[in-house]
Amino acid sequence: MSYTIHHFDLWGSNIMEKFEVIIAGAGLAGLAAAYTLASQGTEVLVLERGDYPGAKNVSGGRIYLNPIRGLFPGLFDEAPLERFIVHEGFSLLAKERTVTVSYSGDELREEPHQSFSILRSKFDRWFAGQAEGKGAILLSKVRVEGLVEEKGRVVGVIAGGDELRADVVVICDGVLSLLSEKAGLRTAPLPKNYAVGIKEVIKISKEVVDERFGLQGNEGAARLYVGEVTKGRFGGGFIYTNRDSVSLGVVIGIDALLKHEELDAPAAIDSFKERPEVSALIRGGETVEYSAHLIPEGGYDALGKLYGEGVLAAGDAAGFALNVGFTVRGMEYALASGYYAAKAILQAKEDGDFSSRRLSVYKNLLEDSFVLQDLKNFREAPRVIENPRFFGHYPEMIGSIMKDIYGVPEGPKERLYLTVKRRFSLKELWSIFMDLKGVMKI
Amino acid sequence: MSDESRLKVKLGLDVFKPLKEPHIKIRPGMEKDGRLRPALRICPAGLYTERSDGGISLSIDGCLECGTCRVGCGSDVLDWNYPDGDAGVQYRFG
Repeated sequence: MSYTIHHFDLWGSNIMEKFEVIIAGAGLAGLAAAYTLASQGTEVLVLERGDYPGAKNVSGGRIYLNPIRGLFPGLFDEAPLERFIVHEGFSLLAKERTVTVSYSGDELREEPHQSFSILRSKFDRWFAGQAEGKGAILLSKVRVEGLVEEKGRVVGVIAGGDELRADVVVICDGVLSLLSEKAGLRTAPLPKNYAVGIKEVIKISKEVVDERFGLQGNEGAARLYVGEVTKGRFGGGFIYTNRDSVSLGVVIGIDALLKHEELDAPAAIDSFKERPEVSALIRGGETVEYSAHLIPEGGYDALGKLYGEGVLAAGDAAGFALNVGFTVRGMEYALASGYYAAKAILQAKEDGDFSSRRLSVYKNLLEDSFVLQDLKNFREAPRVIENPRFFGHYPEMIGSIMKDIYGVPEGPKERLYLTVKRRFSLKELWSIFMDLKGVMKI
Repeated sequence: MSDESRLKVKLGLDVFKPLKEPHIKIRPGMEKDGRLRPALRICPAGLYTERSDGGISLSIDGCLECGTCRVGCGSDVLDWNYPDGDAGVQYRFG
């Protein structure tokens, strides 16, 4: 591909045939690794297939900063984040009614704020600039097609038809991670370990967003929806407020999509938008982008191998993401795993040993951090939350109880206790008990 | 508006750079394979359609590069890759 060759020629003969580190993918993991390595004077080349970092990335999206602030002191103070989240909403969507739990608190307004809505194309471009400022070299529009291996170890990448060599390669090519498969770190993906997120960015003026979601200043809201969004199957809907837009989307488990013919991916987001409680929030808004992306859902047990001879994997490429129902996280794991990959490389660099044995320190670092501790603590979460009763039965049941409690009939109203009790047969109570037993594992 | 035209309008909002060649191909002879059928429902861009002979065809323009078809249908029926650099969807918001 002439483009790449042209680019490399810009540096003439001193564009090193060999780099210390090559990073495949300028998403959060790749940029975190590049930033950390370059800050320590390591020579690092980041290859990104998009026109710019963020061009191929999609997130819901909200990022939780508390776990990673210490890894990048002060860095995110100036980051182009959207709004800090002070309102959390969780809705059960039954076919004909909705029950919502909403939470807000002073703790969510206190600085430093724990989570922010985010638009990745904006954020990643900014982050790349920070890494370049530290000395990392970024090449966009270049896809890493494969790895160069010699004697069973990775010694470089093939990009734009060229072979580029490095002491160590960091694979950060995202959730599908074709490169991890090529490196033998992962096997072919199983549908049960992935969901697809489909999203629209809808322009709405700041004033209208503030008014509709009850926000002021730079406050933001996050709303999650389960139930009828996915016709009672694994997944849900989300709305995050940005500065002058909202990110609205649905997430559906690939396994659920395959098994249930009534599910149709592109139609799901339209039905979600048509729900009266959702359409009221976006009325008059103008969709400006339509996107889709996969999400790792398998948790700890679906992680690939994290390192090999001359190679490490970080971020979604390694499978670092965690869905606990109320919180859905991935980006801070990407940032932290990129950081720890860099730390492991810096240690390996001290004695010039990039063998799998030496790079295994990466796993130790992750085990000592929130990344693998969270994933281990919530190891059971994927199996617990895939329980179809959470997506079909409970939204309908709880909705019906609300209907009974709030309804006022023409004639006399039955005692509330009797009304509610009717919903709980012995069989139902037993099922609830079993579901709770599952939930106790989270 | 039909679902199909609504989806076309949405895809029309995105920035796409021309693809030199399709980066996803149905493997020859797999057009009628059962594993490919879900692609009709699971592709967020609705790029898979059923031909009159019952086989499935893929029109790559508008591909969001999400990988749902790769995970859902598998590599036995799809030859799946990302497009080269300087091609395909370029998200402005993400």
